Amino acid sequence: MKLASAGLLAVAAALLASCATPQRDYQPDALAMMKRDFHARGSAGMDRLNQDSVQAACNKYKDEPPQGVADKLQKEQLAAIKWPADGKLLGDWKAGEKIAQNGRGMAWNDKGGVGGSCYNCHQVGPRESSFGTVGPSLYQFAKKRGYGADIQRYAYGKIYNAKAYSLCSQMPRMGHVGALTEQQMKDLTALLMDPASPVNQ
Amino acid sequence: MKRALVLGTLAVACAAVAQTPDPTAAEFDKFREIMEQDNPAELFEVKGEELWKTPRGPKNASLEKCDLGLGPGVVKGAYAQTPRYFADVDRVMDAEARIVHCMITLQGFTQAELAKAPFSSLVRTPEPVSIVTYVAAQSRGMKFASPQNHVKERAAYETGKAIFHYRAGAFDFSCASCHGVDDKRIRTQPLPNFTKPEQAIRAVQGWPGYRMTGGVMHSLQWRLNDCYRQQRFPEPGYASETLSALLTYVTVNANGHVYRGPGIKR
Repeated sequence: MKLASAGLLAVAAALLASCATPQRDYQPDALAMMKRDFHARGSAGMDRLNQDSVQAACNKYKDEPPQGVADKLQKEQLAAIKWPADGKLLGDWKAGEKIAQNGRGMAWNDKGGVGGSCYNCHQVGPRESSFGTVGPSLYQFAKKRGYGADIQRYAYGKIYNAKAYSLCSQMPRMGHVGALTEQQMKDLTALLMDPASPVNQ
Repeated sequence: MKRALVLGTLAVACAAVAQTPDPTAAEFDKFREIMEQDNPAELFEVKGEELWKTPRGPKNASLEKCDLGLGPGVVKGAYAQTPRYFADVDRVMDAEARIVHCMITLQGFTQAELAKAPFSSLVRTPEPVSIVTYVAAQSRGMKFASPQNHVKERAAYETGKAIFHYRAGAFDFSCASCHGVDDKRIRTQPLPNFTKPEQAIRAVQGWPGYRMTGGVMHSLQWRLNDCYRQQRFPEPGYASETLSALLTYVTVNANGHVYRGPGIKR
């Protein structure tokens, strides 16, 4: 009798302990609830609730994927970058500055090809004091890194698909999702890479 | 005398600037303090009280029998103790979702008509916005105490936490992209980290709020809706369980902090 009640107590204690620390993964509950509660609006369809391979890995590993997972997916993302057919990566930095300033695009009432939202998260040119700090400062981007072809290619590639270089980066994949056109990405690359751009003064 | 006063004020202002790394934010905080002494939100509070007490809708009933969690008709302290579990619907609801529920069950309005245009514009403030402003004002000065006693309240917290961290959409954003780390800003707007108790209060403080941009009264339902627009997600349903779960996550994180009542927002 005494033994039985001690056993019962142990079971009860174990149950209580499991209550205190949630063991199960609530992401399936969360996703099911969102799929029931959200609706498509404007350019944002319900398909945007689905995770692609990158989002799924970052959600699963809380933005810290094991090296093997990150390497494999980054390679896939890099291979999917569509480089300009004419081989030229630099457009017009003045047009690039306007694109960097524009924070619109891909929301309900927007389409792609509007703005790059760069200043929302980055310091870019020296004249704009209203810049965010979610991403690193890009001021003197090429002046610090060099103006060579490899850095140009890195800048264009990073704008096109930041996840090809750092899998769970917070930066959107502007080219990969069609948020910016090829010409717009060239203009932004020029903003970062052109020796005459205010960014490099 | 006058000079001493001016110098004193300057000293206080300088101290405020010194404490906050962002001078724009400090300036705005001072401005808000002055504005809150004569907050236009009070007009919506009065309107909301009238709407609460007046028999309306197809059933010609007032909301005075609405149970916001502390018993039918008890408004004092109710807002600070939501979101919470309601047995009659067997789910967790935030304050505005509960008010909408009462407007449907007691007054005979339909979910469809209340969800059709649920946010304020220059020409129209939806009734639930005024009502939730009135209800919120009756918790002014009280500590947030969103309960975690019922199993579904704990499940709402965990589900809300998972929703908060779920990355998807055109820009791979989650709520945590902006509100999951310390000391970041978008443009000049500082971003509080809602995963930490001392900063989570900033998710719920000042709401419902009179927003100077546009000059309209908004509730947390609007704020979360606008977050999802900027997150490049589809649109969340008005007064939906998803938003109640998210509000459970941030409010429970903010539990213990004093609610200052309906506020003013930039």
